[in-house]
Amino acid sequence: MAMSGASPADDPSAGTGAVGPPHPGGDDRTPLQGEVRPGRSAVASSRSALAGLIRRDLAVLRKNFGEFVGRTVMQPFLLVFVFLYVFPSIGQGIGSGGGTAGESAFATVLVPGVVSIAIMFQGIQSVAIQMSQEFGFTREIEDRVQAPCPIWLVAVARVLSGAAQGLISAVIVFPIAAVVHAPGVHPQFSVHWWVVVTLIPLSCVAMTSLGLLLGTTFEPRNIGVMFGFVVLPLVFLGGTYYQWTKLAPVEVGGFHWLQTLVLLNPLIYITEGMRAGFTDLSHLPLYVVYPVLLGFCVLFLGLGLRNFRRRVLS
Amino acid sequence: MTSNEPVDGPHRSTAPPPATTGEDGGPPEGSADVVIRTSALRKVYPKTDVAAVDGVDLRVCKGEIFGLLGPNGAGKTTTVGMLTTRVVPTSGSAHIGEIDVVAQPTLVKQVIAAVTQQNTLDRSLTVRENLYFHGLLFGIPRGRSRERADELLEQFQLSRWGDSSVYELSGGMAQRLLVARAIFHRPAVLFLDEPTTGLDPQSRLALWDVLDELIGAGQTILLTTHNMEEADHLCDRVAIIDHGRILALDSPAALKRSLGADAVVTVTTDGNPEELAERLRRDIEGVVRTRLVSGGVELQVKGADRLLPKVVRSAESGNFDLVDLSLSESTLETVFINLTGKELRD
Repeated sequence: MAMSGASPADDPSAGTGAVGPPHPGGDDRTPLQGEVRPGRSAVASSRSALAGLIRRDLAVLRKNFGEFVGRTVMQPFLLVFVFLYVFPSIGQGIGSGGGTAGESAFATVLVPGVVSIAIMFQGIQSVAIQMSQEFGFTREIEDRVQAPCPIWLVAVARVLSGAAQGLISAVIVFPIAAVVHAPGVHPQFSVHWWVVVTLIPLSCVAMTSLGLLLGTTFEPRNIGVMFGFVVLPLVFLGGTYYQWTKLAPVEVGGFHWLQTLVLLNPLIYITEGMRAGFTDLSHLPLYVVYPVLLGFCVLFLGLGLRNFRRRVLS
Repeated sequence: MTSNEPVDGPHRSTAPPPATTGEDGGPPEGSADVVIRTSALRKVYPKTDVAAVDGVDLRVCKGEIFGLLGPNGAGKTTTVGMLTTRVVPTSGSAHIGEIDVVAQPTLVKQVIAAVTQQNTLDRSLTVRENLYFHGLLFGIPRGRSRERADELLEQFQLSRWGDSSVYELSGGMAQRLLVARAIFHRPAVLFLDEPTTGLDPQSRLALWDVLDELIGAGQTILLTTHNMEEADHLCDRVAIIDHGRILALDSPAALKRSLGADAVVTVTTDGNPEELAERLRRDIEGVVRTRLVSGGVELQVKGADRLLPKVVRSAESGNFDLVDLSLSESTLETVFINLTGKELRD
């Protein structure tokens, strides 16, 4: 009943030698079976797998570069457009109590914040959202973890290629943020190169590590929750629009609660670090910024890799 | 499990050395060419107290097509998961060649390939790029990867789609591409988890052709299926698995021979099937077993000479109205039913 009576003998596609004794090997055809002995050491195969994974990510980036630039630039562009062009033009510029000088001061504060946000969103978009989807419904991860390398390296590869995208976005966004503003508004930059070239890569890795943690924590259907409860608070309480050093007046009974609370936010160390790198504004001391950011990076990467492993292995 | 224990089942699974020497040219014991070897492999998932795989001993040789046949939830996918480094065994051991799967997953992954039940193609890449980047992943130089990608596209009749997005592929084509990608790095063993599930019959046949070709070229394959026709068509040896245990292991032909019957007659009647079964058992020579199925009787018969007229005569002499009557050869499904008492549904 369950069987429709078709026996293999009736099958027109049979007869290619499928049923029979084990095959002696490739005979005259190209033998397909490989050696049971692995050709390379674990280290060598892991290295080429890592290179392959990153090369794939960069190839995809190259293919979709227009789209990448669009999504990278849109938010920072809109931010500076509204705050530094529209507001001053309609006379409600932030800091306009001091005229264009005040507006320029705000621009000086905002531009490093905008670069920080661009880096952070790269972590969310190129790692968190993609990874969540690859785990959730495309199942592409299933194949990637069959690469001949430890599974943690598959996650690290994504963190690294995400960080590369973060670097590119910082390079694209800074000039836009620095240039788009109303007449008379002039942000005051003073680039401290050694801070810029060390802090931007560190920030990129920290944010893509955060992306790994979020992407392995949130299911695709909960991405909205992630934005609402994680991403937005990080952005608005991450010192994008204000200097940490100026938060002291927000207090209750002498306790500077906001200034204390935002120290939990990894983004504050990036925005303050960028202020140190691009301007002469007052900022969190760099001897705090670097170690704490490194600490967040290790924490996010550690938790992210643990999550990743748990989702891949059972 | 106990309630399903086959009454007269051979119970081969618990014999310490697995039944590796099938009558039909199964591999000899202790062969140097053993590609997959597991012993007492067991997996209990956290928060469950039932073993998904419960002491499986397998030995698969080079060039062999080995099938794990069982219903959904029998433990097939978990077994494959353990062999492909994705599921960590609770106890027991698994080796690919001489490599310990648990201790050296990175080495194992160099020599295996897995096609899982899902479509895991890279959606951001074209058909050709899916192959090409797989080559890079396995350390194959770029030029060689490009060549091999084109060879495989040709071999799997996907050349026309080389530059298409994988979204444009039909289910059958996607499945062929998954297989092509898997064998790209010439794995010593290819794992196929339910390769034709969800394919339309035509695509299924097309995939069988592809697999036949690989088999002809000597590819070692371990495949899982709940389709006995597939197991029968493709496999040199089949392990029938249920509740995480191997109930029988042999070549399809030997498994069917073990039934002692070579034909299965299914009779559907309006009357009382039990009475009909009794009558047929009495009247017809060579009935090995009878089994009640919905609305009728299934007879397993040895020596099926002019069987149908005899069945009709016997039924009519007992005033049974026959609604339907069919005759088929014994299949692996019959074997499975006799071992587990239940049917193996698609």
